[in-house]
Amino acid sequence: MDDGAPITAEDSGVWRFGPDQPLRLDSGASIKGLEIAWRSFGTLNADRSNAVLICHALTLDQHVAGLHPVSGKPGWWTRLIGPGQPLDPKDWFVLCANVVGGCMGSTGPGSIDPATGQPYGLTFPVITIGDMVRAQAMLVEAMGIPRLAAVVGGSMGGMQVLQWAADYPERMEACVCVASAARHSAQNIAFHEVGRQAIMADPDWRGGAYAAAGVRPEKGLAVARMAAHITYLSEAALQRKFGRELQNDGLSWGFDADFQVESYLRHQGGAFVDRFDANSYLYITRAMDYFDLAAPHDGRLVEAFRPARAVKFCVLSFTSDWLYPTAESRHIVRALNAAGARTSFLEIESDKGHDAFLLDEPVMDGAMRGFLASVRNGR
Amino acid sequence: MREDFREILRLVRPGARVLDVGCGEGDLLELLAREKQADGRGLELEAPNVSACLARGLAVVQGDADSDLDQFPTKAFDYAVLSQTLQATRNPRHVLSELLRIADRAIVSFPNFGHWRVRWSLLTRGRMPETEVLPEPWWSTPNIHLCSLADFAALTEDLDLRVEHCAALGGGRRARAINPDGALENWRAESALFLLSRRSDGVGEAPPDHQHDLFEA
Repeated sequence: MDDGAPITAEDSGVWRFGPDQPLRLDSGASIKGLEIAWRSFGTLNADRSNAVLICHALTLDQHVAGLHPVSGKPGWWTRLIGPGQPLDPKDWFVLCANVVGGCMGSTGPGSIDPATGQPYGLTFPVITIGDMVRAQAMLVEAMGIPRLAAVVGGSMGGMQVLQWAADYPERMEACVCVASAARHSAQNIAFHEVGRQAIMADPDWRGGAYAAAGVRPEKGLAVARMAAHITYLSEAALQRKFGRELQNDGLSWGFDADFQVESYLRHQGGAFVDRFDANSYLYITRAMDYFDLAAPHDGRLVEAFRPARAVKFCVLSFTSDWLYPTAESRHIVRALNAAGARTSFLEIESDKGHDAFLLDEPVMDGAMRGFLASVRNGR
Repeated sequence: MREDFREILRLVRPGARVLDVGCGEGDLLELLAREKQADGRGLELEAPNVSACLARGLAVVQGDADSDLDQFPTKAFDYAVLSQTLQATRNPRHVLSELLRIADRAIVSFPNFGHWRVRWSLLTRGRMPETEVLPEPWWSTPNIHLCSLADFAALTEDLDLRVEHCAALGGGRRARAINPDGALENWRAESALFLLSRRSDGVGEAPPDHQHDLFEA
């Protein structure tokens, strides 16, 4: 190739930590023989200063760009990671790891418990956002990266970003927190509880030990996904996409999916069970519900961010996101400003709801591009 | 370059921490970073402007001078700049005292409603003025708390602020140091720019290098 065309590398793997390196959990328990599945784009430079960690949301995974090995579809944030994008692999080493508790290769409730030789199921310890971040920090350290140029994530990924800033501020230069919150609200917890109850009400859940019985609580997990999916959209987006349009000519006068929106939700639920584990859904939603960054500081969020004064923050929200509304981002920004951190904040106009952070939002791309370029230029 | 920006650049000490309230698309912040190596932050209400600032790599928070200054800690900045915005705030008195809580010095500029063109328009036509610095009709103007140079000088007195420097701006001419209490200036200045500090607890830091302009109020 001519004129110095970028040489980029793409890699993936599973990092296996020895029994001498257990993951110590907030609950007091620990996980021995921790495995963290990761994927990377680009090349770590000589002084190891160009690494960016992407933190994924609840049901996403490490396949942030490239093709997904299961679905065959493009990664979930290719609009940010790729040639010519804000995180161009010719400039950055972009790393994303499946969270602990997940089901795409990292240790989770579906993994084999080395103590019993059986899948963990509900014997898997309850994990937190802090535990996910601690596992990521172990991976980053094991890879020989002393300091991340940026930690970036949306939704639950944004919670991990904030946790990183609170726990490891000296190991990061900057961070981007999109469509997220510093704590789970009562409404957030309520929706998660609906999902968990749907899973646990499925007779095939078998108290979490469905793997041993050779079954899967697919119906429960699909209902959990359908309920959650509504919270990722907005009324305007649903109305625009489906309105009261019917699937076929005329009503069925029964309980088939008459309306297109019903058919869409059923499809979303059905597709989800092919790629996600029900127990992982329970554990990860629990971790999000337990998340409250200010809790260890008597509810004073500013104290959580005080050690992160030297970190550059970019906080983004969307006008129609009612799952993690702008008020939650403003709450974060106020605490960051009070702590004296270098903070940028923008509420982006969009009618796409919470999912906007994954969709075509050129204003988000532009803000990320500018912010990350300023990090690269050392401004 | 805008004349008020030129004057602000002259007044700001190199390497200072500056908060630009109502920073627009970040032109002043970029100038301050380039020319004065300032550590600049911005507060801006309009999302497209904030977006433009972020795309330029500037640290800007979307927010409102009226309601969002309280989140900044006391004395977090060396300077707080409020350029041609005070008259558009709901509570200018509160905004001004907030600026001087979060910064050691405030640089505030505003259109002077005592300018002869404004007075002439009201006197001869009996109509609200539409001038170069007040271009919009009364029903669409964002300026809800207009004041004259004399009004503002009285407010600084009321809030026990020290006027370290005052300049008249307008007509594309260079900023001109003026006495804010001069009756004639209240006719002549199209816009005014003030460098203010708190009178009480104002000790500790030597004034910057514009001492020759110091106006002892």
